[in-house]
Amino acid sequence: MALLQISEPGESTAPHQHRLAVGIDLGTTNSLVATVKSGEAITLADADDCHLLPSVVQYLKDNSIVVGSAAYQAAATDPHNTISSVKRFMGRGIEDVQRDPHGYEFIETESVPRIRTVAGDVSAVEVSAKILATLKQRAEKSLGGELEGVVITVPAYFDDAQRQATKDSARLAGLKVLRLLNEPTAAAVAYGLDTGCEGVHAIYDFGGGTFDVSILRLNRGVFEVLATAGDSALGGDDMDRAIATWMASEAGVELNDAYLLRRMMNEARRAKEALTASSSVELSVELAEGQSWKGRLDIEQFNKLVDSLIKKTLIPCRRAMRDAGVSADEIQEVVMVGGSTRVPRVREKVGEFFAKPPLVDIDPDKVVAIGAALQADVLAGNKPDDEMLLLDVIPLSLGIETMGGLVEKVIPRNTTIPVARAQEFTTFKDGQTAMAVHVLQGERELVDDCRSLARFELRDMPPMVAGAARILVTFQVDADGLLEVTASEQTSGTEASVQVKPSYGLEDNEIERMLRENFEHAKEDVEARKLREQQVEADRVYEAIDAALTEDADALLSDEERATIVTSLQTLKNARDNESAAKIKYAIDVADKATAEFAAKRMDASINKALSGHTLDEFE
Amino acid sequence: MDRNHFELFALPISFEIDKASLSARYQDLQRSVHPDKFTNATDREKRLSMQQASIINEAYQSLKDPLKRAQYLLSLKGIDVKSDSNTIMDTEFLMEQMELREALDDIMDASDPLASLEVFAGDVEARIKVLISQLQAQFAESSEDSLKQAEAASLRLQFLYRLREEAEDREEALL
Repeated sequence: MALLQISEPGESTAPHQHRLAVGIDLGTTNSLVATVKSGEAITLADADDCHLLPSVVQYLKDNSIVVGSAAYQAAATDPHNTISSVKRFMGRGIEDVQRDPHGYEFIETESVPRIRTVAGDVSAVEVSAKILATLKQRAEKSLGGELEGVVITVPAYFDDAQRQATKDSARLAGLKVLRLLNEPTAAAVAYGLDTGCEGVHAIYDFGGGTFDVSILRLNRGVFEVLATAGDSALGGDDMDRAIATWMASEAGVELNDAYLLRRMMNEARRAKEALTASSSVELSVELAEGQSWKGRLDIEQFNKLVDSLIKKTLIPCRRAMRDAGVSADEIQEVVMVGGSTRVPRVREKVGEFFAKPPLVDIDPDKVVAIGAALQADVLAGNKPDDEMLLLDVIPLSLGIETMGGLVEKVIPRNTTIPVARAQEFTTFKDGQTAMAVHVLQGERELVDDCRSLARFELRDMPPMVAGAARILVTFQVDADGLLEVTASEQTSGTEASVQVKPSYGLEDNEIERMLRENFEHAKEDVEARKLREQQVEADRVYEAIDAALTEDADALLSDEERATIVTSLQTLKNARDNESAAKIKYAIDVADKATAEFAAKRMDASINKALSGHTLDEFE
Repeated sequence: MDRNHFELFALPISFEIDKASLSARYQDLQRSVHPDKFTNATDREKRLSMQQASIINEAYQSLKDPLKRAQYLLSLKGIDVKSDSNTIMDTEFLMEQMELREALDDIMDASDPLASLEVFAGDVEARIKVLISQLQAQFAESSEDSLKQAEAASLRLQFLYRLREEAEDREEALL
């Protein structure tokens, strides 16, 4: 029997202990979880040795839930309660979700639309959380411990509302998100680290429900996204729908029945997959009890059905190249990612467009999860000396509504994140004391053509003549691509700020309530959970400050400054073993304040260090 | 931190810029401050890292592009080119604007608009190149007079950038 190790008092335990971190590809059709094990990134399988988890959730009358292939099988017989392709509904409003036929009954609520099921009304965020929770369970079972953090991939073209919804899902599933990573960037990481390729690459990522293209420059472990473009509602699903619509018209039926629609979609998908290897496929669909339609789809007809969809992917390719400032001949490789790139016609058209055969020899289903796992391993701190750095961009311009329903762009698309931009606005009327700030995302000039992200008000400004107030609106986009907006009136100092809670997002208290309900089902104590979370946070902060002291205290701190920090650390350590979450939180705040100046000094020192060796002198 | 953008990258204040050094230093700086390097740090350090990375991104964008670089150099000399109150407009420039706009509008009625657009874009690109080399000389001289010229040149360059964007938008619309 192995003996337990006990470390010397005051010596931190194993500073670089391996932290369990995974990458999750939360796909429209299938989801995957991957991790780095003994230096190698691998996807994790379930008990039946299946790696792909169909992104399908079935809600049953007794409030139980089925996730994955069993749910996929159930879709044709229980279409109203079996939710597939939920990713398409993430961060979307009621008008958006009702555009395509899908057979679900959506309920409009004050926040997000909900789908009616026998087990109650559920939001897209909750459905996604079930998929994430299933993968979390799989990973924890396979790795034998609690996960410390995850990297979740999102389509590069996801807007702020869709990203926020994804993050909310993770929170509901009890996952700590280290980073939201763009899918094409994740693929580039997996591909680039594997092959050691340098130079400009295009990632063409055509999945089940979304399309992205990213142009990246790979250089010494840096993955710099030059531009990205796409369509967050275009994918293999649409190919299936095109085939199903064609079949329905051939069979002379309407697709207004959810059961028939699901059967048609399943047959369409089977046909599409069959046509990757043969030139025609026999079709058969049961129209009604004892009545079926039989037909045949050849590759020419199939190509005709999907050509307009493929063309819709080439326009973003063109825009991405233009925004990146590169021409087709400067692109070294076009890497194909996502299940829809298995369609031969897609490969053919993409090859024509870029004037070179695209690279199809990597597994288009797994590469995104693998890339996410590699990034998660680095972010968790398992590779402290790693040189890898990902520099990503925002996919869509961010702006603010001005007079006349126009949008003033504050941050243009394809700006590298994180980014902060400020812009000054003024009042329109004499004596105006409040101003509504309406934040939008999109490329068009009119408010109505852009996506509304959030509205908030700056109030209690001193009355002034029109045009005299100076209102500074600051946009800060973080490394996850999420926006925070602050507004302040410069002459009086009136302030307002919002963490942009999307117009189509869940409210914080809704998430809180859902978490509570989840715990009730799981019979877990909410208070115990909160305490545990604060303890984990306390450990993290303790470790971070302890490591900072070891590294830089001698160079940057006076004895007195050092003593103050050490005292706050000691208090934190004592509070950590306390039974009160609030006390721990307070001690964390105190430690944070005590290290404010130290943190700033460290940041400055690291900038100086990065440039040491290159000084102005070498030019003079 | 009150370093200007050039100081941040330890580069001399000049319109002519060594692109390879700029990009290498940008990457070195981001490697040390990017939020990905601070995922296990305290919230304060995370915030600081995000702010620093934002500043470095901003500085890099403004030095990388010739128009933004010219505007930034002029702003360091106290000349604000972007402001709407800026009304230096010589007649030659006004003529050029009208001419080019008309040419772009006519293209949409041409028999092969895509081919004509390509010719047009080539012309705009050539004008941009000429302006950039003029800016280079003007900033190198850096007299009061030449800076005035640089200010006028950057206004013209800004117009050509917009025109190029419009031509590209129209091309996209034709596809």
